[in-house]
Amino acid sequence: MKHAFLDHHSGIESPIHHLDARAKIIVFFSLILVGVSSQPSSFLLFGLLTLVLISIALLARLPLGHLAKKIVVILPFVFLVSLSIPFMKKDTLGGGYNLGLGGLSVSQSGLWILWNVVVKSCLGVFAMILLSSTTSFPQLIKGMERLRTPRIFTVLISFMYRYSFILIDEIHRMKRARDSRCFGGTWFWHSKVIGHMVGWLFLRSFHRGERVYLAMLSRGYQGTMPETTAGRFGLGELLFLLIIPIFIALRIYLG
Amino acid sequence: MKSSKVIEINHLSYHYPDGTAALKDVDFEVWEHESVAILGPNGAGKSTLLYHLNGTLMGDGSVTILGLPVEKSNLKEIRRRVGLVFQSPEDQLFCPTVFDDVAFGPLNMGLEMENVRREVEKALEMVGLKGFEGRSAHHLSEGEKKRVALATVLSMNSEILVFDEPTDNLDPAGSRLLVERIQSISRTKVIVTHHLAVAVDLCKRAVLLWGGRKVEDLPMEALLRNRTLLVQFGFDPDFAQWMCDRRKNSERIGT
Repeated sequence: MKHAFLDHHSGIESPIHHLDARAKIIVFFSLILVGVSSQPSSFLLFGLLTLVLISIALLARLPLGHLAKKIVVILPFVFLVSLSIPFMKKDTLGGGYNLGLGGLSVSQSGLWILWNVVVKSCLGVFAMILLSSTTSFPQLIKGMERLRTPRIFTVLISFMYRYSFILIDEIHRMKRARDSRCFGGTWFWHSKVIGHMVGWLFLRSFHRGERVYLAMLSRGYQGTMPETTAGRFGLGELLFLLIIPIFIALRIYLG
Repeated sequence: MKSSKVIEINHLSYHYPDGTAALKDVDFEVWEHESVAILGPNGAGKSTLLYHLNGTLMGDGSVTILGLPVEKSNLKEIRRRVGLVFQSPEDQLFCPTVFDDVAFGPLNMGLEMENVRREVEKALEMVGLKGFEGRSAHHLSEGEKKRVALATVLSMNSEILVFDEPTDNLDPAGSRLLVERIQSISRTKVIVTHHLAVAVDLCKRAVLLWGGRKVEDLPMEALLRNRTLLVQFGFDPDFAQWMCDRRKNSERIGT
C-alpha cells in the first residue's frame, strides 16, 4: 500500500541534505527563536530571515512552490485563533479604524498582534518544513538523540513514525471492507459503525504492540534502545552554524 | 556418530488465559543440525509450540534448550541462542532503518560497534540485501521485509533458528528465493508452515500437530507416501507423490 512520506524531498542530493542533522536542528531552532523574540516592527529582520530560509531552500534544491503551499496550509489555523483580535482589542491611545459597519472598529494594536502572530508562525513553519524536507526522519531522530534529547521521547517518536503508516493502512483496509459491503444508512448507524471500527483499531494496535514487544524481547531487549551511529561534525556543519551568531547580532542590532 | 539433542520438550501443555487448551501433553525433540517441519491446520498449536522454544510462553511440562531448562533465570541466554523469525515482519522490524533493526540483537548482546557492523553486513549479505542498511523497513516490499526479518536473527548467530510461516504472503518467486536462503544456512532449524512444498524443500523430518496434540513424528519421505495422513491434513496426495518422485530423481542425477 502507498502512503505519503512525512519526510518528502529528504532524499534529494544537496549540500544542505548532507549536513549533520544536529547542525540543522540547532540552526533552524535558533532562527525560530530569533524570529519569535523580535519586535513585530522589525521588518528588516523578518525580511532577512525569509531571505536566508529561501536561500537554504534553493541550495537544497527544494521546489519553492511546493514549500509555499505547505506554509499556506497552516494559515487557516493561525487566522482562526487571531483574526478576532483586531476587533476585540481596544486602543488606549486611539488610532483605530472605524469600518462604519454598525460600530465595528479595528484597533491598531490589535492589527499589530495579528501581524505578529501571522509573520512569526509562517517563519517558524517555514523553518520546520525546511528541516523535515532536508533531513530524513531516522536522521532527525538520531540528531535529537545525539543532542541529548531524553531517550524515552526519541524512542516514542520513532515508534510512532514506524507504526503510524501501518495503522493508516489498517484504517484503509477496514474502510475498504466496510464500503464493499454497501455501507450506507443514517448518521446514527454511521456513528455506531465508526465507533466499532475505532474499538477494533485500538484492539489491533494493542495486540500489535504486544507482538512487537515479544519480537524485541526475543532479540535480547532489556529496556534500553542501543546506540548505533557515531556523529560527524566537519567544516560544512561549522560554516552552517555561523548563521546563528550572525542572526543573534542582527537581532540585538535591529531589535 | 549421533549428534547431540538441542531441543527437548516433555509433557508440555499450555492453556491460554481464556481457558482454551492450545497444547496437550506434547513431547518433541530436535537434534543438532536437523531441520524439522511442524505441520498442522490452523489452531493446531504450531505457533504456541514455537513460542515455548525461547520462553515467550511457558506452559506446564519441561522445555530444555541446548541443555538449559527454559526458566526466568536462563531466558537471556536462551534468547541469544534461539533466533525466532515472526510470521509478520511488521512485528519484527521496529527500528527507523534496516541497519538499526539488524544491529538490535547484537547490540543488546553487548558487542562492540565494529563487530556489530561486521555481523550486520554478513547477515544482510546472507539474505541478499547488501546495501539496504540505510533504507527504512516500511518502504520495502513484503519479500524484502521477510528477508530483513531473517537477517535480524542471523546477525545474532543463534544456534537454533525458528521460523513461523516463513513464506506466508510471498509471491512464488519471493517464496523460492527465501527458501533457498534458508537452505543455505547451516543451523538447527524448526519451521512452521502450511506449504508442503516448503516443508519438503527445507526439512527431512515432519511433526504433525492436530488439536494441540502431536499425532505423528516421521521422516518427510514417509509422510509423502502416507496417503491417509496426507488426506487427513488436507494435503494433495498426488502432489506429494510428484514431489517424492522429483526428490528421488534429483538424488539420482546428483549421484
